[in-house]
Amino acid sequence: MLAVENLEVVYNDVVLVLRGISIEVPDGKIVALLGANGAGKTTTLRAITGLLDIHEGDVTKGEIRLEGVDITDELPSKRVRRGISQVMEGRRVFAELTVDDNLRAGAYINRNASKVKASYDRVMTMFPRLAERKTATAGYLSGGEQQMLAIGRALMQDPKLLILDEPSLGLAPFLVQEVRDVIVDINSQGVSVLLIEQNANMALTIADHGYIMENGKMVMDGDPTKLLKDEDVKEFYLGYHTTGEQKSFRDVKHYKRRKRWLS
Amino acid sequence: MTSGLLILAQESTVVPSEFGRMVVNGISLGAIYAILALGFVIIFKATQVLNFAHGALSAMGAFLIASFATIINVPGRWMEGSPVWLQWVLSVVFALVLAALIGMALERMFLRPMIGEALFAVAIVTLGIDIIVRTITNDFIGQTSRPMGDPFGLKTVGLGCANGGFIGEADLVELCTVRIPWTTVFQMILTIALVAGVAMFFRSRTGIAMRATAWDQEVARAQGISVGRIFATAWAIGAVMAAIGGLFISMFPRRPGGVDTFTAFFAFRAFPAIILGGLDSILGAIVGGFAIGFAESAASTYLTFGFLGTGFGGVVPYIVMLLVLLIRPYGLFGTEEIRRV
Repeated sequence: MLAVENLEVVYNDVVLVLRGISIEVPDGKIVALLGANGAGKTTTLRAITGLLDIHEGDVTKGEIRLEGVDITDELPSKRVRRGISQVMEGRRVFAELTVDDNLRAGAYINRNASKVKASYDRVMTMFPRLAERKTATAGYLSGGEQQMLAIGRALMQDPKLLILDEPSLGLAPFLVQEVRDVIVDINSQGVSVLLIEQNANMALTIADHGYIMENGKMVMDGDPTKLLKDEDVKEFYLGYHTTGEQKSFRDVKHYKRRKRWLS
Repeated sequence: MTSGLLILAQESTVVPSEFGRMVVNGISLGAIYAILALGFVIIFKATQVLNFAHGALSAMGAFLIASFATIINVPGRWMEGSPVWLQWVLSVVFALVLAALIGMALERMFLRPMIGEALFAVAIVTLGIDIIVRTITNDFIGQTSRPMGDPFGLKTVGLGCANGGFIGEADLVELCTVRIPWTTVFQMILTIALVAGVAMFFRSRTGIAMRATAWDQEVARAQGISVGRIFATAWAIGAVMAAIGGLFISMFPRRPGGVDTFTAFFAFRAFPAIILGGLDSILGAIVGGFAIGFAESAASTYLTFGFLGTGFGGVVPYIVMLLVLLIRPYGLFGTEEIRRV
């Protein structure tokens, strides 16, 4: 489905953010991309969807291919038409529009009224909460509802590949579970998913493959069960001590220890 | 029907009604302000840009209409024998298309490079556009007033006329209680049609995309919306609205009508209407436009005593605007900033 090869991204012609990363999202699979703040996860997303230009970013090396076609320099609207949809970090709903109008704005690329109706019905069955509040102004929805709306808006484009950027951000634990179930549900309908997350536990339990980024480089990748068992992932992403018990703030200094994969 | 008006008419003691004239003037002024406000609101709603060039665009549009209708007479010169009103309407359509193209060209040249810049900076750019367009237009217009060539002329609909009965077309010498110029009737119909059209447009696919773009350009692009195309559309519609506003200014009530170097400045008098209604509301543009129009007309008719003099009507719009803003800082129908508590 999606293949990113040796991607290098520079902001403002000087700041090297991605130093040659490669990701592959196979057809119909969920791939998780993990990493701390500033690792370059969102930059990767922008490069894939074509939104680097307004952030003064440039792809200086490497290639992004969708189903074998090089899309590295295509306009964002063209990529959406090819089937790449995204749910941006922080929900970013059109706050002044109603729920319905948000969904219709999401369906902009689709001129076929009956197809739009089908997507709309699908979103409404998937998120009954949105059906209840379809005339409400999106800005007044709760955080969880806004996240559902943002996902629903992306689904209106009938994507082949859905990229979600930290969908669990700022949500209560049971809502994170709900978002996780929604992602699994979407994936089961044949949509490939690239899930960008900080919540490693949530992401790795549903992913078919996991990547871990740091400072613009891939430092690890592999089977999620293998990653979940990895000592470093446990310590730095899941917050467990090497012996399995939870850390206390007294041991915070411990974080200064060099990570094994950097040595 | 035993209305007093009829009896008056039969007895031939018709007195022209000051109130009636005030209402007709108010409608006419209101239509001008509402259409100008509408064009301004569309550009603001779609691009978040305060378009200070709107006055200049309206003068330019009015001059284009005058050019097509009277100066070069296109397409009338090739259609001799066809009805005058048809020739005129076609000229107006030609001029509006040209105005839309110029609006899109201005957007492409001056505003597209400003996408993503601070809105304040973009507003200043529109001030520059205003100066350029106004100077060039005024140069073309020259010192004279260019007639719009409208087919309505001085014809009026009279209500309660001396010998025309209760309602009917009245000639110039006839005495009537109220006279409604055909231009005012035309303005009203066109205003209603345009308002309905714009309201429907904002519910359409492109209209929703436009509102989405106004809220968040980056997210709009992420939905596959071409922000550039949306901006071009907004400026095309804005320029057409400005041109129609300019047409209204040049037809009535500024008799003898015509577009001159004052038209661009007259359009600035719609600003109180825009701010009163709230910058981003179509309903606000209409209500604000007519409220200001009536206030100005009423003040010009009744508030003329003592030190106030005859020019006080021009001040009233600003007084109304200030009073409303004291109570509703977002204007009558402006969108309040969305804040979740």
